[in-house]
Amino acid sequence: MKKRIVAMLLAGGQGSRLGVLTSNMAKPAVPFGGKYRIIDFPLSNCVNSDIDTVGVLTQYRPLALNAYLGTGQHWDLDRNNGGVFVLPPYMTEKDGRWYSGTANAIWQNRTFVDQYDPDYVLILSGDHIYKMDYTEMLRFHIAHNAAATIAVLRVPMEEAHRFGIMNTDESGTIVSFEEKPKAPKSNNASMGIYIFNWKTLRAYMERDDADQTSENDFGKNIIPEMLSAGEKMVAYPFEGYWKDVGTIKSLWEANMDLLGDPPLLDLDDPSWRIYTRNPVMPPHYVGTNATVKNTLVSEGSVLYGTALHSVLFCGTHIDLDATVEDSIVFPSARIGKNTRVRKAIIGENAVIGDNVRIGEAPRAGETVDNELTGDIALIGNDITIPDGTVIPRGAVVTGKTLGQFIDGGANA
Amino acid sequence: MNQDAFGLIFTGEPNPYMRDLTLSRAVAAVPFGGRYRCIDYILSDFVNSGVRNVGLITQKNYHSLMDHLGMGKEWDLNRKRDGLFILPPYSTKDNTGVYRGDIDAFHSVMQYVRRSNQKYLILSGSHTVFNTTFDAILNQHRATGDITIMYNEDPRFFPEEQNRDLRLLLDQDGMTVTELEWNPRRPRSNYRSCEIIIIDKTLFEDLVDESYSRGGIDFTRDVLLSCVKELKVMGWRYDGYVARIDSVNTYFMHSMELLNAAEAKDLNNRTHPIYTKVKDEIPSVYGAQADVHNVVMADGCRIDGTVENSILFRGVTVERGAMVRNSILMQGVKVSAGAKLDHAILDKNVTVSSGRSLIGYEGIPLVFRKNLTV
Repeated sequence: MKKRIVAMLLAGGQGSRLGVLTSNMAKPAVPFGGKYRIIDFPLSNCVNSDIDTVGVLTQYRPLALNAYLGTGQHWDLDRNNGGVFVLPPYMTEKDGRWYSGTANAIWQNRTFVDQYDPDYVLILSGDHIYKMDYTEMLRFHIAHNAAATIAVLRVPMEEAHRFGIMNTDESGTIVSFEEKPKAPKSNNASMGIYIFNWKTLRAYMERDDADQTSENDFGKNIIPEMLSAGEKMVAYPFEGYWKDVGTIKSLWEANMDLLGDPPLLDLDDPSWRIYTRNPVMPPHYVGTNATVKNTLVSEGSVLYGTALHSVLFCGTHIDLDATVEDSIVFPSARIGKNTRVRKAIIGENAVIGDNVRIGEAPRAGETVDNELTGDIALIGNDITIPDGTVIPRGAVVTGKTLGQFIDGGANA
Repeated sequence: MNQDAFGLIFTGEPNPYMRDLTLSRAVAAVPFGGRYRCIDYILSDFVNSGVRNVGLITQKNYHSLMDHLGMGKEWDLNRKRDGLFILPPYSTKDNTGVYRGDIDAFHSVMQYVRRSNQKYLILSGSHTVFNTTFDAILNQHRATGDITIMYNEDPRFFPEEQNRDLRLLLDQDGMTVTELEWNPRRPRSNYRSCEIIIIDKTLFEDLVDESYSRGGIDFTRDVLLSCVKELKVMGWRYDGYVARIDSVNTYFMHSMELLNAAEAKDLNNRTHPIYTKVKDEIPSVYGAQADVHNVVMADGCRIDGTVENSILFRGVTVERGAMVRNSILMQGVKVSAGAKLDHAILDKNVTVSSGRSLIGYEGIPLVFRKNLTV
């Protein structure tokens, strides 16, 4: 049956910059904000914008994503006509290949889109945290009679070199596009959110697919190609909170952004709820000797110790005399007695023993590979940290690296 | 697993001792345990036992119950085969639509009972709260009796608020029921029925038809009490935690018991979780002035005051400088800055204005009805 618009969500790859957090799940399934996963944000935006058909494109561990999305009922996306679909790469009689780029992922799933015969297709990215009414953007797209509309955010000029920059004329029409320019001409950064006229996009993707030299990427190939062909492309200015949470640092910051008063991103918005697969857990319990301040706490947690300026996910356990500060504790992680955690991300189901110190200043002579983490300590999913272990700030603890922190430090 | 059993829950019983808590809802729909309603426990017990066919008899004030249960999706009971059947009263030429007691209700839903193709019926009330599966009691029933009653040992006795109190006297074998006591003033037994009765479906049909034709009204009084002699009535002992929500005082007492780790752990047993309607609330937000000790709290709360020894349901706000002690705050309650509460039960969406003091005492909790502004 015909749909006016279909959303295609690029849930993409392994998210290697998130390191050990994505060792067994795709980036969009990484927890965020106490009870959510990153993918809940674009999905909820779709539902709240009355977009009821969403394809989720992934080629990394589709099972985890599939299991999470289920029938889509938690997002009200279990529809008779439409709904949410996970679209991994597949084989046909003739060929079959991995998604070679963002545009190629859509191209390989053109028959999925075609069955709804949509006028427009909305392309979304799976690692951004924001609340946005796509209906407004579609209205803008139609009003400007554009072939493509790209949502842009004004970023500080000194950061513009990290983004795809859209240079526009006064009417908002895009005149040129530069991917991560060394000397940016404007600060209109692309948010990775596009609306295309489906027929137009389809034609460009077909041509792009035939071009052996193309990387089949929206930013590198399709958008520049459409611009040089003189298609009408406009920039839709977005105002509000938007964050790419593709790195450990930005993931940590975005979680901390929820703790401000008022928070930079307000999730408590009845008109724009963020939906998620709610865990079946009892209310949380705060013990007689506990101290909890400036913190988000989710159901199923049991807190006997202290939590300050932190985000605690469902089913976490903080034992007596333990202190968690400026940290994110992922679902069902446990913090032992008299343990101190500072500026850290504790992975799902991690078990931290008693008298552990996490996020301490490195000891003399100790060096830490903190290229991905800066000063944020990162404990991987399902890791057990023995009693008394000391883990310096910025350290990444996985099953492989755990050994170097026990038995007396980095050089042992 | 237990595919040979189906459930029938009677939610009609009125209870004057619940006072304002049941002003606009059945006992089954009374909020309990921080994020649940009484009915969630028994429904989850059924589902976790593998029972996939559950009928729910409603009578008065069932709007809030219907709203809560919907199609039974959260309990995984929205099924093509069997599932959740909500059975509201309806009037026909030989049925006024108003039940005098559960016999009337059972008689009017007999079509549903006949159509159910399971052999055993698990009859249940709706004000007794526990978390278990019916595997063991069904196994005992299959091997032994005509009727099996689930009971637990409960020495507490509140004669001034006695309501539907069924007690079992057992034979030396510890299983066979020799006598039943119904609302006894001087009870001879501490074995109290958990409102769970397992009975062969065909026997149930016959007993209800017989009693109805003789003008019977109450299944316990008019059928069970008299059949102990003729039929094989057995008891099945349950040793887990049981909360009987049969008065404001027991409601308060059992709610506060959930602050004890053992009781809470038993009722929130993770191997068979309690399901409830999902509200998509955000996590609870603790502010800079939050001072919270010994509290059970659901999602969506905003706390910036002092809260001690209390149960907070979803979406409760406690503003800076407010003091909440020994209280139960249901969904959407707002306690404004500087207000003080002690031994109070605030029903849904009650707002307490700045500076007010609502102080009850041990054994005499104050109750504030739904939507009130104090």
